[in-house]
Amino acid sequence: MSSHGLAGTLTAPGGAAQRPAGGTSSWRHGGAPWGAGGQRELGALPVVVALIVLALVFQAFNSNFLSPDNLVNLTMQSATTGVVALGIVLVLLVGQIDLSVGAVSGLAAAVVAVGSVQQGWPLAVAVGAAVVLGAAVGALYGVMFTRLGVPSFVITLAGLLVALGLQVRVLGSTGSINLPYESWLVRFSQQTFLHPVASYALVAGVVLAYAGSRVVEKQRRESAELAAASVGTIVVRSAVLLVVLLAPVAYLNLNRGVGAMFAVFLGLVAGTDLLLRRTRWGRSVRAIGSNVDSARRAGLAVRRVYVSCFMACAALAALGGVLSAGRLAAANQGTGGSDLNLTAIAAAVIGGTSLFGGRGSAWSALLGVLVIHSIASGLTLLNLDSSIRYIVTGVVLALAVTIDSLGRRRRTGVAPR
Amino acid sequence: MNPHVPSPRPTGPAPRTAPVSARPPAVLSLRGVSQSFGAVRALVDVDLDVHAREVVAVVGDNGAGKSTLVGVMSGVTVPDSGEVMLEGVPVQLGSPAVARQLGIATVFQDLALCADLDVVENLFLGHEVRRGPVLDEIAMEREAWRLLAQLAARVPSVRVPVATLSGGQRQAVAIARALLGEPRVVILDEPTAALGVTQTAEVLNLVERLRDRGHGVVLVSHNMADVQAVADRVVVLRRGRLNGDFDADTARYEDIIAAITGASPALSGGSRAAQPRHPRGETS
Repeated sequence: MSSHGLAGTLTAPGGAAQRPAGGTSSWRHGGAPWGAGGQRELGALPVVVALIVLALVFQAFNSNFLSPDNLVNLTMQSATTGVVALGIVLVLLVGQIDLSVGAVSGLAAAVVAVGSVQQGWPLAVAVGAAVVLGAAVGALYGVMFTRLGVPSFVITLAGLLVALGLQVRVLGSTGSINLPYESWLVRFSQQTFLHPVASYALVAGVVLAYAGSRVVEKQRRESAELAAASVGTIVVRSAVLLVVLLAPVAYLNLNRGVGAMFAVFLGLVAGTDLLLRRTRWGRSVRAIGSNVDSARRAGLAVRRVYVSCFMACAALAALGGVLSAGRLAAANQGTGGSDLNLTAIAAAVIGGTSLFGGRGSAWSALLGVLVIHSIASGLTLLNLDSSIRYIVTGVVLALAVTIDSLGRRRRTGVAPR
Repeated sequence: MNPHVPSPRPTGPAPRTAPVSARPPAVLSLRGVSQSFGAVRALVDVDLDVHAREVVAVVGDNGAGKSTLVGVMSGVTVPDSGEVMLEGVPVQLGSPAVARQLGIATVFQDLALCADLDVVENLFLGHEVRRGPVLDEIAMEREAWRLLAQLAARVPSVRVPVATLSGGQRQAVAIARALLGEPRVVILDEPTAALGVTQTAEVLNLVERLRDRGHGVVLVSHNMADVQAVADRVVVLRRGRLNGDFDADTARYEDIIAAITGASPALSGGSRAAQPRHPRGETS
């Protein structure tokens, strides 16, 4: 009776308006891609536009910017910052912040270098120790925040100083330790690229998996009498995905190809995205960032989710530090220092993750980090020094935060918070 | 007057339940519930019965104890004394979760929705349906449409963030969420307080749907127009005490207002002077 009554009631009073085929369902639930309605979120659109504009402008000034060689470099630089930014996305989603990611990544790099070179640990053990150390730092933040109510801003600021001190202490008197070039970490981070065949196979696999899951979803939705995307939509979307993946891969393959480190970063982003969208944990993360009181009253394990986000963020920061140590084949007092902290946070926000919690996507780490490193790369090609780079990045960040704040104001105009 | 009641006040349950003994026992009953916050006596010896397919409006001035009463029924507040019974069986409502499990769902005034999450996500927050490790969006979406259709709620899509919905639509989402566990009693705390005329009408329709669905409904409000539109029975709280229990069809507006404000009729003969003039059952 229920399904019959459902169809009956829904189609009777303007059912067409209530459930237009796919139009008002979000794309990830089988509806139109990127939200059909004009009043929907801007989502990733501003960042993508910004990336295209940046590329065109820099290409106009220096034709090397879009060369395969430069783009390969760009992806390699983006990977380490991107991993750190991915962690920032998670803490931002629950409405918190971790200001210590740079220092934690520097500490992790120091642990790897000292452990493997000076202490003679196997490299894998050193890498594992560094990441576990990061997770432990995050767990400490999480416990201090959830149990003692210390604001995350302050506790991670304190953590920044502590981690910085530990980094200097671990590195010892030399202050800089080189990793041997033949170690797998260095080779992986610097010289390992996906074989062209492997990269194309990966693209094909991703597109097939996407199309397949969409077809299955369409069938399930239809059997549940829900609006489902048409076959044409699925074909078009899969084709778009194919182009979006294939074109850059083919272009990078003109040069060295897709860096293994960058591929790992993409894998982490895609995995995090699935966790956020398809699991109960991911839903809790967004709910808590959106309205923690409501989340608590809905019975969510608020504390545990907070702790898990802080842990994931610090662990990813440590992983980013390990990768950057590999890429530079060294760990020194400057690793993770200077601007990595702010670059990673800026990347997450520029990519479209709200500073106010609840809204954002794992992909914003990728998009934001590409914007930031495009700016850096383009300005370097123009022989402009870092002063201009800081200024331009700062302006872009201000723009991103303004868009975020305006969006929040527009929606809270109707939302009781 | 029953001899076993120590205080000189009129007895609560006896005169009221006697004429309606033909009806099945109340789904939710409060007996002699009292609650103090420091020196403030928020509730004093309150009795209340809610039957299935009945909308009981609880009205009263600010500070009359409405919110405390909602707290007691929803499990947020454990009363200092008194008894809560579900279908005649005494229960302990130690927490909102317990109350929910026992079949008392509360829609709080702030709705407790997450504005950034869409309708389905809000409906199932904390009770998501899963297929293996991943969420079963399709089952949840289907159930969401079913619930909203039962409430005849007009929501543009169940996949838009709640922030984009009107106040009435949000109320519908919150009520639909309350219905997920098929509760016996639904408590609505000031559901129309922040709404305009059209949206208020929408929400009042929802209340009637709830009754038609067989739920006992407690509607806490200080809007007399709303109460008269949908309530079957009007219970008046004044300074933490019951100050009248009216049949909504026959009660005069002035009498209810008098009971709320404590004006003339209620003043003369003690706290429940209004009640004997409108015993339940005479009119039903």
